[in-house]
Order: sequence, then C-alpha cells, then structure tokens
Amino acid sequence: MLRYTFQRIVLALAIVFFAISALYTVMITLPGDPTTVLLGPRATPEIRADFRERAGLDNPVHVQIAHFWGRILTGDMGTDFNRNRPVADSVFSALPHTVALVFGAIFWSATLGILLGAFSADNRGSWLDRLTGILSVGFIAAPSFVVALYSLLIFSVWLRWFPTIGAGEPGDIMSRLYHLALPSFAIGLAWVGYVARIVRASMLEALGENYIRTARAFGLPRRTVIYNYALRVAILPAVQVLGVGIGGMLSSAVFAEIVFSRPGLGSLIYDSVSGRNYPVVMGSMLVAIGFFVTCALIADLINAALDPRHRSQR
Amino acid sequence: MSAFRHSLLGRLLADPMALFAMVIIAALVIMALLADVIAPHDPGAMNLADRFAPPSATYWMGTDNLGRDTFSRLLQGGRIALYVALTAVTISGLIGLVLGMLAGFGPRWLDNALLFFFDALRAYPTIILALALAALMPRGLSTVIIVVVITSFAEYGRVVRTQTLSLKNSEFILAERAMGASFGRIVFHHILPNVLGPFFILAAMNLPVVITIEAGMSFLGIGVPPGTPSWGATLKDGFDYIRNTPWILLSGGLPLILATLGFTFLGEALRDQLDPRLRKTR
Repeated sequence: MLRYTFQRIVLALAIVFFAISALYTVMITLPGDPTTVLLGPRATPEIRADFRERAGLDNPVHVQIAHFWGRILTGDMGTDFNRNRPVADSVFSALPHTVALVFGAIFWSATLGILLGAFSADNRGSWLDRLTGILSVGFIAAPSFVVALYSLLIFSVWLRWFPTIGAGEPGDIMSRLYHLALPSFAIGLAWVGYVARIVRASMLEALGENYIRTARAFGLPRRTVIYNYALRVAILPAVQVLGVGIGGMLSSAVFAEIVFSRPGLGSLIYDSVSGRNYPVVMGSMLVAIGFFVTCALIADLINAALDPRHRSQR
Repeated sequence: MSAFRHSLLGRLLADPMALFAMVIIAALVIMALLADVIAPHDPGAMNLADRFAPPSATYWMGTDNLGRDTFSRLLQGGRIALYVALTAVTISGLIGLVLGMLAGFGPRWLDNALLFFFDALRAYPTIILALALAALMPRGLSTVIIVVVITSFAEYGRVVRTQTLSLKNSEFILAERAMGASFGRIVFHHILPNVLGPFFILAAMNLPVVITIEAGMSFLGIGVPPGTPSWGATLKDGFDYIRNTPWILLSGGLPLILATLGFTFLGEALRDQLDPRLRKTR
C-alpha cells in the first residue's frame, strides 16, 4: 500500500507539472509579446521590462519553464493588475467558495444517488426500478448549465424559495448553506444519475456474492443484509467515480457561479478572461488542476485502501 | 424480414428507448438541414417594433431583445451544434484511434508515455481550459473544436488502447501471425473492426457532451462570434432577461435538452446492443 501510495503521488505531481507546463509553453510561444499575455494589458513598461528580466524571456523555452516553476514554488504566482494585489490572494480567496460548491454537489449526488441506486437494486425489475433507470440517464444527459438556468428561473425567480445571487452573509453558516443549496444541486444532479447507476450495478453484483448468501442463510434480516453489508461494498465504485468527476464538477461550477452570481474560481477566471488578466487565469488554472488531481488521488487511495484488488489494476 | 429483426437497426427499433432517441435525433437533424425552409422568419432580421414579443402565432417562441424570432434562431443553432459535434468527434476520434493503437501495439515505453499523456490531458477541467485558451485564441467555432479535441481524444485513446491490448494476444491473432499474416492485415483486417464497436459507443456518448460544451462556451461568450444564433448564445440572451421574458430561456434550453437526451439514450441503446456483456449487469 505504501509503495502504491508513493507511486500515485509521484504520478499526480507529474501530471500537474506536465499539464501546467504545457499550458505555459503555449502562452509564451504564441505570436506576439509574451509580456502582454503573461502580465495583462494593464502592466506598465517598467513592469514589463522587470518581468522580461526576471522571467528570462530571451532564454530557451525549457529554461523559462524552470524559472516559472521556481517562482511558483516560492509562492509567487504573479500580480493581479486589475485588483493590484498578488494573484495568490485573489485565487485563494475565491477557492473556498468553489470547494464548498463542489462538495455541496458531492453531498447531493452521494445521498440521492446512493438512495436511488440501493432502492433500485432492492426492487429490481419493478416499475420504480425502470423509472429510476430512465431518470438516471435523463439526469446524466441534462446539461448542468441548463439545469442551473432552469432552477434559477423556477425556484428563485418564480417561486422565490431560494436567493438569486451571492454566496450569503460571511460568518452566517445558515445563510451560506441557504445560498449554496440550489447551485450545488444544479451541479450535482447529473452525478445523482451516475452514482445511482453504479451503486445499483455493484449492489446487484454484491448481492450475488457468497458472504451475502451466508449472511442470509444465518437468518439476518433482509434490510440489514442489503443496506448494511451489500451497500457498504457497493459504495466503493461510486467514490472513485465522484473523485474523477470533480473535474467535470469544476467545469459546471463555472456556470453555476456565473448563473447564481457567486464568487469563486470559475467567476474569477471568467472575469479575468474578459479583462485579459492572464496572470490570474494562469494562477486559477494551476489551483483548479491541483485541486482536481488531489481529489482524484484521494478517491483512488481510499479505494485502494478499502479494496486491495484495485491496487493491481491501472 | 427476420434478418432485419436481428440486424443492429432492427434490434434498436425494437427497443422503445432507442426508438424514442432516434425519433428525436431524426427530427433535430431534419430541422437543422431544412432550417432555411422551415424557419418562419429570417433568424438575423431585427424587428425592433416586436422586441420581447411573447410566444404567439407569428412568433412561436417569442422574440429576443432585438426582435429576432427565437424559433428561427434555434433552427439555425441546430446546424451549428451538429456541425461542431460531428467535426470535433470525428477529429478527436481519429486522433484517439491512431494513438490508442500505437499505445497498444508499440513498445512498453511508448505505451507508458502515451498513457501518461492521456492522464495529463484529462486533468484539464474542460470549461476552465476553454476559458484559458479563449483568452489566447480568436473567438470562433474552430476554437471550440480545438478545445473539444484537446479535452476528449484521450478518452478514445484509452478505450482503443485497452481493446487493442486485449486483442493483441488473443488466440485468433496469434494464429494469424503464425500463418504469416502481415502487420497491416492484422491491424486493418482484425484489430480495427473489433475496436470499432466500443469506439462508436463512445462517439455516440460523446456527441451530447460536445454539443453541451459548444453551447456552454457560446453562453460564456467564448464560443461563436457575436450575433451567431448558437443555442448557448440564445440561452445567454434568455439569462440576461430572465425576469421579464422567461420564454427565451425556456425555449433556448429545450433543443439542448432534447439533443443531449436523444444522443445519450441512443448511446446507451447502442452499448446494450453491441456489448452484450454490459447488458447483464444492468
């Protein structure tokens, strides 16, 4: 397990390094003055000259990438020229909102998805099972930003059950959760479908296993066998899928943040792109990829810890 | 007749979900192809006297802030969506097919290198990468297609690689080799046809994803150029005027939901038919 953990961490770091370096290479090798791309149009000539010097823009590409990582590792992500503060400040003040949104979405998809999936497996072949099957595919197919727009229209504008904008009062946890409920539901709905299907399939598989038959033969109540023993095993694949799904949820979060006018990484990148504020785009990208890869890694390690068979697969 | 019943199309037509999906897709394709004939109005024509007109006999889905007919614009949007989806899926599919077979057939180091490359590409959250690249590239459909290709060919590559690897050492390939079949014959005659099944399932499942990405990028203003009647652009107009004219938003989302539902159900049905092993676990 230790060896596996180590291998996975090295791989994750290599992926982040490669993905960000590739993006940075594209940025500096694009035609035009790279200082415009990397610093944004608001940078003064002095800042440009200073940056050109520090980043070594006259050096070959690989040296520049080394310089770039050197700056990142010392915590210097550049300057946010629109807000006149370090990029790290902008990015890390936005990150918690996006993390809350993504985990809210995971909460919805895990609770609703596991309930629906377990229920379907328990009542296999019934019309409710068939309905759940069709609904799951429908949830998966529905584009999350249309779900966000429609739920804003129905639940916030028409019914006025939920607030339309913002992330709630700072420090007021109830207000925060109230503002979080609808956007995170819009992101999570698609994953309710995925989780329900996976839990149903792996639960049906688990119900055919010997230890379940033994538990039944010992006369344990059906409910205990299904919801305690089989479900415990059936949840594992869902953990893996949700871990990998965080990448998709981050993309959906961009829409949810814009539709519900919430602060966060997505709306930060969106504003930065329209303002040509490239240092912030690069910094947000780095943090978003880092967050996604870390979550996928954790989900993978949880799976490996709970199910040794997983370690030998790739 | 019984031959048809056992053909792929015959089996799909017997499946109510697949039939439903094919009807939706056929309707969308016909509407997109005949958009110019069906459209009751010129999709670009502004009629400021009829701004924000609610749905009526003249304007079936109402008009937007410039008095343009929403229904006619959505028909044109179908063209854009299908064009982007088919082009992007074809390009990323072909790249994935070639790289996946290279990884499957090539030496160990190449396989590992390509797998790492696929993993690294999957680390980019699609829309966030789209935003980052949009800052560097001109606004237009080619940018949308490039973004989709970058973020999706790795998926094809992985599937094709796995399939190639498992086929490479199967008995019938070994037998072919022993009989002295050329490399080309093994690849094009035996491996390729067997890889295509899962490949097409993935492509069908990928079409709705691509349609959503195009609409999403156009919604964010980094997709089609301003004024182009993409579904995403219509949704953006609807979002801007959500309080007073909800019909723009409601009708803008409708074709997108129908298209994604249709292609997803079709992909599911295709998978059930082409890969019977998966059918059992359902």
